[in-house]
Amino acid sequence: MEKTKLYTITVFSENTVGILNQITIIFTRRAVNIETLSVSPSAIKGIHKFTITAFATKSLIEKIVKQIDKRVDILKSYYNTDEDLIHQEIALYKIATEKLMAMSSIESLIRQYNIKILDMNETFVVFLKSGHYAETQQLFEELSNTIGVLQFVRSGRIAITKAKVERLSDMLDAMRQIDENPIDK
Amino acid sequence: MVSGEKQGVKNFTNFTNLFYYMDTKKMSGSQILIESMIREGIDTIFGYPGGAIMPAFDALFDYRDKINHVLTRHEQGATHAAEGYALVSGKTGVCLITSGPAATNAVTGISNAMLDSTPIVVITGQVGSSLLGTDAFQEIDVVGIMQPVTKWAYQIRRAEDVAWAVARAFYIAKTGRPGPVVLDFTKNAQTEKAEFNYKPCTFIRGYIPEPDVKQERIAEAAKLINAAKKPFALVGQGVILAQAEAELKTFLEKANIPAAWTLLGASAMPTDFKLNMGFLGMHGNMAPNMKTNECDVLIAIGMRFDDRVTGNPDTYAKQAKIIHLDIDRAEINKNVQVDVPVLGNAKETLPLITELLHKANHQDWIDSFKVYDDREYNVVIKKEITPENGEMTMGEVVHKVSEATNHQAVVVTDVGQNQMMAARYSKHSQTRSLITSGGLGTMGFGIPAAVGAKVGAPDRTVCLFCGDGGFQMTIQELGTIMQEKLGVKIILLNNDFLGMVRQWQEMFFDERYSFTEIDNPDFVAIAKAYNIDGTSVTKREDLDAAIRDMLKDDKPYLLVVNVQKKGMVYPMIPAGASVTDVLLGEE
Repeated sequence: MEKTKLYTITVFSENTVGILNQITIIFTRRAVNIETLSVSPSAIKGIHKFTITAFATKSLIEKIVKQIDKRVDILKSYYNTDEDLIHQEIALYKIATEKLMAMSSIESLIRQYNIKILDMNETFVVFLKSGHYAETQQLFEELSNTIGVLQFVRSGRIAITKAKVERLSDMLDAMRQIDENPIDK
Repeated sequence: MVSGEKQGVKNFTNFTNLFYYMDTKKMSGSQILIESMIREGIDTIFGYPGGAIMPAFDALFDYRDKINHVLTRHEQGATHAAEGYALVSGKTGVCLITSGPAATNAVTGISNAMLDSTPIVVITGQVGSSLLGTDAFQEIDVVGIMQPVTKWAYQIRRAEDVAWAVARAFYIAKTGRPGPVVLDFTKNAQTEKAEFNYKPCTFIRGYIPEPDVKQERIAEAAKLINAAKKPFALVGQGVILAQAEAELKTFLEKANIPAAWTLLGASAMPTDFKLNMGFLGMHGNMAPNMKTNECDVLIAIGMRFDDRVTGNPDTYAKQAKIIHLDIDRAEINKNVQVDVPVLGNAKETLPLITELLHKANHQDWIDSFKVYDDREYNVVIKKEITPENGEMTMGEVVHKVSEATNHQAVVVTDVGQNQMMAARYSKHSQTRSLITSGGLGTMGFGIPAAVGAKVGAPDRTVCLFCGDGGFQMTIQELGTIMQEKLGVKIILLNNDFLGMVRQWQEMFFDERYSFTEIDNPDFVAIAKAYNIDGTSVTKREDLDAAIRDMLKDDKPYLLVVNVQKKGMVYPMIPAGASVTDVLLGEE
């Protein structure tokens, strides 16, 4: 059995109505769950960038990426594993001020997790922490187990490739030259 | 008073029309739609009017001399007719229908076109832009529904976008791997005016219909074929879509490579072509299925290794090196892992490979197919097409009709046993001669597809083979045949059963015939009510005369042939079995 792992799929698309649906139905049909999703305008005006993570086998993720790439409104789609990427998520934590004040180790907590404080008032404090999933999760668990978290939210992953120079114009030029590699049987 | 009001309305309409023509540059979105389609070379539309598309139909009324509109009896019929038209002619089929239920009725035909790579453009009416998302009357999320089953679905909300969207739609539908496109045309965009400035679409950023051919891959493919002792080619619809029939023939002949065809690749090679080894897949011929697991190099050309062809992929052609020629990158390694992928248009890639091929003979290999051919003939074919006694069989009817038409007819099928029998026993002398629903297996495809095929090839004989089940799924299209006076020859192979399901029930469900037996109406009387001549035949001795009578002129005709109730389609590879697990039935 081929192993499942977390893949990061990057998609560049035209900024038109209904692109997200075109992408998600490709996952839905193959019963693959999207773990995280982040969409924003790219460096090029009028082109949007999607960063999607999902657990799947390599052969399945290849098929999914090809189906995404095939859509007319999609400019380019490719996938990477964590080793190829610098990636980041951010998380916000809302904590009761009273409970936080009662903690003895606020300074070490802030230093240890490199926490930023976004807002603070008599009732609550908002922490911001960026990092990998495991890091934002660790802080969440520590706070939950000690003073409790009133609200928690985490963003989807954003990522930059280590190796490639990611220039869409180059990618578009290269698209006609696309080739398919045979798979070892 | 009433007539006065009518008069007023009429004058108002005339005044509006006059206004259109006075202002020569500006046109309504509806006129732009039609003018744009004319510039795309469209002269035929299959459609059905309704509320949200009325302005477009009103504009169409002024173009009756340029565009032939065929009024079907249901929107599903319009889509299948557009497919039949596209499949027989190689042109893009067009549908014009309204919003809401019309669009949902069209989903089946559009899905069928998606799975079978058929170029059609479906224009659906839509409520005005201001009403979108309000659950307005006959409003439905057409783009959302269509996205999974189209190559492109787009909503036109402004008259100034119409020409652009139409040009793009036709470009997308017919280029690369063809497929269906839906344009959802809001009512305000149909009535508002814009300048008509039409430019054909020749490029879309990010859309690569035909990837550049890689010479290394061509060389690798040729090297494998040149070294092969037992090469075998699989011919799919890609050859027909690329109009590469001649290139295929040259390729096969140069190295004497035997070839077999998929359901949709039927007629890409004439039946009597010496290297044509027959039909692949679940109900295909025994030899090409068995030989798939004996060949040393398998050359797949414009086919997609559908499960009905491969059976169990884990036991499929494991001994062979596989070369896959396809225009669609997403097909490479999708179902079967290949050794040499050759991306590109077969019309371009086939000659490039041919050039590098050494002449070869492979005669012993070709002759080895004969053992299986003989076995299949003796056990299955002989008693199916030339039975000497007992009730009539589907195979003998198909065989006789094919003979009576000199194998030159366009054969249209519905889905089920009738389809497999038509594919197995009709012979073809020219390309684009088998029109069938392959990927989606749409019962009810037959009658409307035959309508489209006859409109697209008026000079050819069009014979539809249909079962009693599928016939009644789109029976209302007999009305279209009547109104358009289309000389479609319908051969209804009636067994009073949903035959293919019954066959599976017999083989795999202990003969528990759960809801597959049908009480049928008097089909000939129904045809008569539609002013279509017909007859019903039960005795073998009456069949020849009935076929002659059917083919005596170019009028529509219904020939009901009452065949054996429990006929079986053999050979059969059960679903999920290996291609070598061919069942031949009783010996």
